[in-house]
Amino acid sequence: MTTAVPAGTPSQTLETTGQHGIRAHSDGAGAFVPVQTRSERFTSTDVSDFGDVTGREQSWKLTPIDKLGELISGDLDGSAYRVDADPVDGIAVTWADVAGVERGLAGIPEEKASANAWTQTEQVLRIDVTGEDKKRSLVRRSTLGTAPRAAHTVITAAPFSSGLVILDSAGQAKITENVEIVVGAGAQLTVVSVQGWDDDALHLAAHFARIGRDAKLTHVVVSLGGSVVRVNPSTHLAEEGGDIEALGLYFSDAGQHLEQQVYVNHDAPHTRSRVTYKGALQGEGARSVWIGDVLIGQKATATDSYEQNRNLVLTDGTRADSIPNLEIETGDIAGAGHASATGRFDDEQLFYLQARGISEEEARRLVVRGFLTEIVQQIPDSELQERLGAAIEAELAGTSLADEER
Amino acid sequence: MSVLEIRDLHVSVETDQGTKPILKGVDLTIRTGETHAIMGPNGSGKSTLAYTIAGHPKYSVESGSITLDGEDVLAMSVDERARAGLFLAMQYPVEIPGVTVTNFLRTAKTAIAGEAPPVRSWIKDVRGAMTDLRMDSTFAERNVNEGFSGGEKKRHEILQLELLKPTFAVLDETDSGLDVDALKIVSEGVNRAKENTGLGLLLITHYTRILRYIKPDFVHVFVAGKVAEQGGPELADRLEDEGYDRYLSDAPVA
Ligand SMILES: Nc1ncnc2c1ncn2[C@@H]1O[C@H](COP(=O)(O)OP(=O)(O)OP(=O)(O)O)[C@@H](O)[C@H]1O
Ligand SMILES: [Mg+2]
Repeated sequence: MTTAVPAGTPSQTLETTGQHGIRAHSDGAGAFVPVQTRSERFTSTDVSDFGDVTGREQSWKLTPIDKLGELISGDLDGSAYRVDADPVDGIAVTWADVAGVERGLAGIPEEKASANAWTQTEQVLRIDVTGEDKKRSLVRRSTLGTAPRAAHTVITAAPFSSGLVILDSAGQAKITENVEIVVGAGAQLTVVSVQGWDDDALHLAAHFARIGRDAKLTHVVVSLGGSVVRVNPSTHLAEEGGDIEALGLYFSDAGQHLEQQVYVNHDAPHTRSRVTYKGALQGEGARSVWIGDVLIGQKATATDSYEQNRNLVLTDGTRADSIPNLEIETGDIAGAGHASATGRFDDEQLFYLQARGISEEEARRLVVRGFLTEIVQQIPDSELQERLGAAIEAELAGTSLADEER
Repeated sequence: MSVLEIRDLHVSVETDQGTKPILKGVDLTIRTGETHAIMGPNGSGKSTLAYTIAGHPKYSVESGSITLDGEDVLAMSVDERARAGLFLAMQYPVEIPGVTVTNFLRTAKTAIAGEAPPVRSWIKDVRGAMTDLRMDSTFAERNVNEGFSGGEKKRHEILQLELLKPTFAVLDETDSGLDVDALKIVSEGVNRAKENTGLGLLLITHYTRILRYIKPDFVHVFVAGKVAEQGGPELADRLEDEGYDRYLSDAPVA
């Protein structure tokens, strides 16, 4: 039996308009209707198996598809591109011909842009983590250019290995890609994907993770730059004791569309998931979408899951969609919860700080930084924490917040 | 010596039912070194007066004036007022997620002093003040007011009072929600601040019990948005015995 349990406020859209401030309403589409069991969605690695994208599909209904035609169904360059990675013992970064790589171990595309990338990829970027010592590798790409391209990355963590992989993206881009993450038994892997693209970049990504027995993946999505950036991480908790900590942080500026569709599939007993995404929105047309699907399958007894998304709206003219879905197919769970909240900047917080002499501008910075800090603090790498802190500062400095208000 | 003067102050608040007048002509003069108690029943406008002095945007001043040594306080922004030497210990302090007490205190001190405090002496000052207020040192790393009990929030307000050293402080029901031990600790903190800096105090309270520990020089009874009676400490004793009924029956129905 399937019980689809939409959240208390299952779907939330908060639009801030004009001088009147907040207008909140529910977004009807797919909200109270029990969603089709997520695991039964059509999947294929072949782009020709998918029909034309209309914008009515579950996966596309909140995405600006008119800007993405080339990536969804056009010709793509699937060759290797320049990657800068420091040599690190136990983290090998190599290119391999697609014919020689076993793909699909972590997941199969559920939508056309992902399948388009899959079909047209020629070279696969492989990142192999081995050895129990802690180590980190920064894998950077910043010269993709504006020609549409496909990419495929396979990250593997050998059994009982430990490592941190930062996928750092900057510069121009028009890219659709798949990232597979295969976490072996007992491994502890952290993957951080930082989208710091130029303003006009288009980026569609599907991340597929498969978590082995007693393994843990910390997966972090940080989206700051780009015109349309959509990173959809799916995690398959396939074996007993698997654990996913999925964190996300985004800062959507005027005209930006930042989206994440997070899916966690509890498919084995004693699996655990924590999904925490936080975003700030500022400026006319700043847009964010968060969809969080958690499926607790029949086999997934004694699982523990919690997902939450919080948005902080800094100015008028923004829109944040936040849609948690929880499907439970077993009566035996240890815990399952979700929360979704989108709130306006709290004037009382501002007043409190100002009443202590702190200027309005600085008070706003403190509050926003504080809001996003919860995510930054959970990233297990102090250098990256600092870099993200600085990136948030830069976002905050980008617009004079004080001028935007009211 | 500094002087905070409030003259014929009329303040209203915007409600769903329209503009609601709350303060209806308040006159008050406070000099540094003086302690004034404002007492009055619920809803009489005490917090409104406190927030108006601090500059909360919710309250609109219809007429009248507030000056600090002749300077127009009403023309100042909230943070300018704080930097000019005004402090409000709030009845309901606000939680600020992700901002630690340490960071908050240093940022506030820097803003008010105009420069960052010397690291060593500042850390010592903060520790000392926290110890005096019996605040565990772990509070320093917690987020501002997040998960603080009512009493802890009030101590944190007084901690700020001691560290920021204002010229005038308005304490809005700092006594409410405190047990007798906490009330003593908090009162000691206020008295210490007064001894150290000679600040002027406006002590807003519903009950007389805090006045056992902080001795007022003047007592003002606040009813229906204005001062209905004023006197010395003996007025507080009378209120203790008689309550506010006498004023309420006299007062025109609001
Ligand atoms: N934002 C507001 N909207 C509507 N009414 C308000 C608002 N703020 C204050 N009031 C009203 O103004 C009056 C005075 O409120 P205020 O909080 O100043 O009283 P107080 O004397 O501090 O009361 P208490 O002893 O309960 O703290 C009350 O009737 C209150 O309901
Ligand atoms: Mg009050």
